[in-house]
Amino acid sequence: MAELGHDATSYAPPREMPEMELPHSHSWWTTYVFSQDAKTIAIQYSVTAISVGVFAMFLSILIRLQLGFPNTFSLIDPSSYLQYVTMHGMIMVVYLLTALFLGGFGNYFIPLMIGARDMAFPYLNMLSFWFYFVSVLVLMASFFVPGGPTGAGWTLYPPQLISEGTPGIHGGVILMMISLGIFIIGFTMGGLNYIVTILQYRTRGMTLMRMPLTIWGIFLATMLALLAFPALLVAALMVLLDHLAGTSFFMPAMFSMGEQLPHEGGSPLLFQHLFWFFGHPEVYIVALPAFGVVSDILATHARRNIFGYRMMVWALVAIGGLSFVVWAHHMFVSGMNPYFGFLFATTTLIIAVPTAIKVYNWVLTLWHGNIRLELPMLFAIGFIFTFINGGMTGLFLGNVTVDVPLADTYFVVGHFHMVMALAPVMTIYAAIYHWYPKITGRMLNETMGKIHFWVTFIGAYAVFLPMHYLGLAGVPRRYFAYGETSPFIGESVITLNSFITVAAVLVAAAQLLFIYNLIRSRKHGKEAGPNPWNATTLEWQTEHTPPTHGNFGKELPVVYRWPYDYSVPGAKHDFIPQNVPPEEVEMADEGAARK
Amino acid sequence: MIITLVFLAALLAFFLGWILSRTVNVEPWVADGGTLNDRLPEILTVPRVALAIFLAAVSSLFALSISAYHMRMEFGHDWLAVPSPALLWVNSAILVLGSLALQWSWNAARRDDPVGMRRWLYAGGGLTGAFIIGQALVWRDLNAGGYYMTSNPANAFFYFLTALHVLHLLGGLVAWVRTVHRERKGAPPEAICSAVELCTIYWHYLLVIWFILFALLLTT
Repeated sequence: MAELGHDATSYAPPREMPEMELPHSHSWWTTYVFSQDAKTIAIQYSVTAISVGVFAMFLSILIRLQLGFPNTFSLIDPSSYLQYVTMHGMIMVVYLLTALFLGGFGNYFIPLMIGARDMAFPYLNMLSFWFYFVSVLVLMASFFVPGGPTGAGWTLYPPQLISEGTPGIHGGVILMMISLGIFIIGFTMGGLNYIVTILQYRTRGMTLMRMPLTIWGIFLATMLALLAFPALLVAALMVLLDHLAGTSFFMPAMFSMGEQLPHEGGSPLLFQHLFWFFGHPEVYIVALPAFGVVSDILATHARRNIFGYRMMVWALVAIGGLSFVVWAHHMFVSGMNPYFGFLFATTTLIIAVPTAIKVYNWVLTLWHGNIRLELPMLFAIGFIFTFINGGMTGLFLGNVTVDVPLADTYFVVGHFHMVMALAPVMTIYAAIYHWYPKITGRMLNETMGKIHFWVTFIGAYAVFLPMHYLGLAGVPRRYFAYGETSPFIGESVITLNSFITVAAVLVAAAQLLFIYNLIRSRKHGKEAGPNPWNATTLEWQTEHTPPTHGNFGKELPVVYRWPYDYSVPGAKHDFIPQNVPPEEVEMADEGAARK
Repeated sequence: MIITLVFLAALLAFFLGWILSRTVNVEPWVADGGTLNDRLPEILTVPRVALAIFLAAVSSLFALSISAYHMRMEFGHDWLAVPSPALLWVNSAILVLGSLALQWSWNAARRDDPVGMRRWLYAGGGLTGAFIIGQALVWRDLNAGGYYMTSNPANAFFYFLTALHVLHLLGGLVAWVRTVHRERKGAPPEAICSAVELCTIYWHYLLVIWFILFALLLTT
């Protein structure tokens, strides 16, 4: 048994938690639609994000159909192809991943895992979701304006963003910028809530160093987002001014269709700096919560304490801090000073150190663990694979000399889908399989889940691994068709593209199976009970499953230990929940003696 | 980006110091009979912390805008500085008075003097309104003088930065209106005091931002 008392007791004396005043709902509208309960808001966020994500997945299938079987589908022309590419990227990065990890998981897990009744500002929290919802509607509306959505690529680089010839330069661009603006305002409201709740509403005994790593990940990612999203907001506002008012923040002097445009002297490079100042931290806004979730799931399903908890926390902090000083590695081919490139290559490669610490710690958590290959565990292990894979190619691209020939080829597409798409999505699935029983009270179907995992894991590798080869062969990204360059594009490239498309369709079908599983298990799944995985964190110790309004019973739980007391030597059970006091831990021999 | 990076470095240094002080000498795996607690000191109430975090995000917005200002100056070669109308000095003085009025209102609220609190609260709001009208006059004069937004990046940035600042003040005025409304409906004095305090801090913060922007516009 653990020793009592250590120097951490020199903290402030225990103080009673102030009780929160919870806004109680009185009607169907305030219970299900304009709810102020973080759990309902979390589900609203998740359902919206997943719906829009499925739509973006459908767009990716259209992209793949064109690439795999050019000129077969009349639905896809060069303009719509670019629009699909743009919307696929933007939706996946901002409206799915950011919204789901912070809005969805953040809202559900923060209050439950830290032992709070709700978020600090429930009303603001509700507003945050509705801002997000409106931003999605505005984005979707761009499909219905003349010219359709913007087709400038998700990086939205001017000048082509708002120059004649790019699809969607009229309504599409404007709606995209407005939508991003609304999203950022909404996110700021939510983000304030997450941070204040974590800082101020932890229950008694829940010190910072007893928080599950999921909470650490969400906490730090929110900080990054609050500081990085303003860069996108500034850029979006300036683009709107360039486009609507005729200023020249980003637009250089240009001739278009034989006419000189009103702009002069603007700097497209300035946009790139602003965009990537947001864009790079954005990678970690998505990755840090994923790191946290994976750490918790690995520990729970390997029945071992996380290896190097303190190192894991510091690595998260280090990655978050470093993520602000690497943005220009996205701009190696923009003609920057070589010394500048060297500086950013160095900072980029330094990030590999804390990241490698995390990967080693995950693997060492599994080492000698009592691994249970349940569904969440399969996806979490899948995450380790895809993350290492994407991270390794990141080392290639982080070096200026290697990046220059590979820039804007499929190598880059392969890299960022491995590390930024597949790895977080694996985590999202791990998290949903892990926490669905708490959220609904029922288990997801195991067979369907296994099919989902294997098709997704192997299928996604079949999609993204060959892309690295395509990139090395020099195939550029974002091209609708290779046209007259086709003599330079080898036969193997064409065959591979068809192969990738078939794999992508299979992977997409597996995701539909997952959605079916989500809906079906809601009513027909096996009863889960309060704690099906024998986990230690507070959300599994609630009185009711799913947790009711106010989360915990009359008294808030008191925390006595960290969240990783799995397989503690001498204890009767292989897990000790965080709210079990040391004197109440059942010891194995005591149990035997009683018999 | 140097300016943004300096701002971020300062913020991160503070955050790292705080995180390290809370995490370095801790053995998380030790279970404890007593209930440890490392909540923030009592003075950092929930609304104060929320405001501080919001101000960090707003600072990031302004730091990035100022960085963009400098970079656009450097990258393009078409920069023609905007003259600084004398009215800007008057406006600055009004904004200082607005901040002072709110400070007095907050002082009165802490002294439990509802009459003084109300008087200075209204004065603060009125002065802020006057500042915004003054800024609109500056824009009108510049426009009339041919300094259109589109004719030069310096003009565009002038309008952009001043409008961004006014937008934040307008946001502050929403909170101010809510405070006045709650006060009229007879909300408890502690709640009003806290609301006035938040307004005051936000106004002081925007005053500092205004001086930074003003100095930037004057010197370049």
